[in-house]
Amino acid sequence: MENIVEMRNIRKEFPGIVANDDVTVELRKGEIHALLGENGAGKSTLMSVLFGLYQPDGGEIIVRGKRERINGPNAANALGIGMVHQHFKLVHNFTTTENIILGMEPPLLDIKKAAKRVKEFSEMYGLNVDPYARIEDISVGMQQRVEILKMLYRSAEVLIFDEPTAVLTPQEISELMKIMRTLIEQGKSIVLITHKLKEIKAVADRCTVIRRGKVVGTVDVGAVTEAAMAEMMVGRQISLSVDKEAREPGEVVLSINNLSVLNVRKTAAVKNFSLDVRAGEIIGLAGVDGNGQTELVEALTGLRNVQSGGVLLDGKDITHESTRTRIKDGMAHIPEDRQNRGLILDFTLEDNFIIEQYMDEPFSKNGLLRRDAIRENADKIIDNFDVRAGEGPRSVVRSMSGGNQQKAIVGREMELHPRLLLAVQPTRGLDVGSIEYIHKRLVQLRDAGGAILLVSLELDEIMALSDKIAVISHGQLVGILDADKTDENEIGLMMTGIRKGDGS
Amino acid sequence: MKRIDTKVITSLMAVVAGLLAGAVLILASGHNPVLGYYNLFRGGLASVLRVGNSLALATPLILTGLSVAFANKTGLFNIGAAGQMLMGGLSASMFALYVPLPRAILLPCVILAALLGGAVWGGIPGLLKALFNVNEVVSTIMMNWIAFWVISVIVRTVIPESYHVTTVSAHIPSAASLRLGWLSGLFNGAYINLGLFLAIIAAIAIHFLLNKTTLGYELKSVGFNRRGAEYAGIPVNRGMILAMVIAGSLAGLAGAAYYLGYQHNMQVNVLPQQGYDGIAIALLGLNTPIGVTISAVFFGVMQAGKNFMSAQTAIPPEIADTIVAVIIYFAAAAILMHRLLDYLKKKRRPKAGGAVRKEANGDA
Repeated sequence: MENIVEMRNIRKEFPGIVANDDVTVELRKGEIHALLGENGAGKSTLMSVLFGLYQPDGGEIIVRGKRERINGPNAANALGIGMVHQHFKLVHNFTTTENIILGMEPPLLDIKKAAKRVKEFSEMYGLNVDPYARIEDISVGMQQRVEILKMLYRSAEVLIFDEPTAVLTPQEISELMKIMRTLIEQGKSIVLITHKLKEIKAVADRCTVIRRGKVVGTVDVGAVTEAAMAEMMVGRQISLSVDKEAREPGEVVLSINNLSVLNVRKTAAVKNFSLDVRAGEIIGLAGVDGNGQTELVEALTGLRNVQSGGVLLDGKDITHESTRTRIKDGMAHIPEDRQNRGLILDFTLEDNFIIEQYMDEPFSKNGLLRRDAIRENADKIIDNFDVRAGEGPRSVVRSMSGGNQQKAIVGREMELHPRLLLAVQPTRGLDVGSIEYIHKRLVQLRDAGGAILLVSLELDEIMALSDKIAVISHGQLVGILDADKTDENEIGLMMTGIRKGDGS
Repeated sequence: MKRIDTKVITSLMAVVAGLLAGAVLILASGHNPVLGYYNLFRGGLASVLRVGNSLALATPLILTGLSVAFANKTGLFNIGAAGQMLMGGLSASMFALYVPLPRAILLPCVILAALLGGAVWGGIPGLLKALFNVNEVVSTIMMNWIAFWVISVIVRTVIPESYHVTTVSAHIPSAASLRLGWLSGLFNGAYINLGLFLAIIAAIAIHFLLNKTTLGYELKSVGFNRRGAEYAGIPVNRGMILAMVIAGSLAGLAGAAYYLGYQHNMQVNVLPQQGYDGIAIALLGLNTPIGVTISAVFFGVMQAGKNFMSAQTAIPPEIADTIVAVIIYFAAAAILMHRLLDYLKKKRRPKAGGAVRKEANGDA
């Protein structure tokens, strides 16, 4: 089979980092080729080079047998290379058609004609996109299809998908896979960037594994197991499942009663939500991104006002308590946004570790900071949680990698020995090894009698860790399931707001 | 430590660039720049008297510089040092004029009055920001003008010098003056006064507050990342009000040092330049108390020397102000200077081997 794109010996450096080192990848015509690697391995950089966003420091790109210099997205488009970015680039108050033709609209705009073409494309590839729908009114999955249409409208032959499933429900994921197969049937070629093994197994033909900027190897997906691919990705054997013994939960630690919360735009984000989390249990909150999880957690931590309803922590009404009081009462919080909330990036690591406790002994006395105690605390967390930073406790957090920043937050919150831990995406941006470790620590906390509310967009994580799974959709609790008596399909269906037995 | 070093170099480069640009200007106006600078610094430093006057001019600049720098450290931009300085000066003057006390008691009271006047004037924008999210840049500028007109009314109607002269206030009693006989004597009768010691104490106190105390930790965390501070349960609003109160009281103290030390009365219709110079000094001094003190003294020397320079060489004194302005420009363009430094470093160092130093921060 002929190669449509060849990237040969690509090298790309950033200050202090070699993002791609002698990387060679060949994309055959009509295949789905997965690029697998941990966060920071260099997958996205490589594809940004192909899409013309970065210029390589070495190596060559060959498209359809001809050596090409791609110096921008327009050049890439001209060569028939299109990309669906992880974060969509759509104008929200435009219609789908307007978005699709944006940037290549003729001087005399004939929207009807354009819409007709969009419809044709949509039918041809089974995308089912309404050419006149506004972006803000359609689902995330549908928005992604608009992005796909955008590429097809520009007659792309090579389609790059950058982590396309991160924002989708399981059902939407399986539909996306169907669409990808249709695209292949129509003669397109696809590069799929991902770190999810299951998806590769389900849809890809071949897979190139990248680790620390270098190619580990290219394999036929049919011939290897998931575990083997994981090992290639991480460089050592890892366990993909979490060891957890069944445990009888204790008393109620967190009790959420008929809670309603408004979002920034003053519309209801959480509606009449009730949930109990008991000592020694992990409750996973599953839901598609943006269905009220953020607002719920902010209300629980005191960062957002409650409209109605109440929250009890160990029986004490904390609905209107300050964040500080809640922390003192035993609440810890791994926040969704580590850089905006979780850390003071310009502080040192050791100063970040005392952010909730600086006013207490031993870290200060009579209003004066005690450096010895602060350093000791930092050394302990760094050791316990394997936080790697150039200058140890004195490192400025901004200079640390995302994964180590996350480990620092997790370590700090765990060291509070909380009664209740609100863990929002606790393993976001971490490599498989660190994920394994943090999962183990979460289970340890649970076994020691801590209550954990785990909010995650990764259904696998929720399934692996939770004792019970609560599903949220449009700010409402759809239902609570026993983790060992349910499956992805049921949860996925509930994430769209449909209850079991609703029949719709 | 390395990062701080490049920043210090950046500030020094800004000064050098400013002086070079000034040299070009002096040349362009048909004078000898070497002679010009010689006289500029001679005017500021050549005798004990001149040094004393330079330090006297630097005193309020240290304090307004500290005021702006402290606010900056806590994430706030205090453009209101001028107004806070006026209100500090007014409160101190009023107290000195209306409360007859022996010097030993009057002096601390006057200083306290200045601190309070500035604190109130700085605290109001802090309060507005905390309660209604009013941008402090806007509110501090407005407070400057309110102070400007309040001074105008009070000096004219309540404490004019005399029935005929209403554009300046009455002289404060000498018991309330910050001038110290022995100090003036030491410097051959220069304007140097107690304010300098207050300024140095303030610089040390702010350094201590920012680096050693829980309050400083709290205020800095609010300054660097308000949302992060909120997350950790730090009372963000209280922090912002407190920061503005402290910044205001520093500028208020500058008012005492200037109106009751350098001067002995207040003028109407003048918004003190020192308030705005404080912004430049904080910038040049990298928002650190020690840096602010050094830059303020440098500014003081230039202010003191510029008239001497023009008297000796016929170079217009505005050249000195222009040099200051250019220095500010270069200090503000610090990012540019950083890039230049990085570029030079890169050029000098042979290309590093291809070793991966650390993991990339996410797939960029």
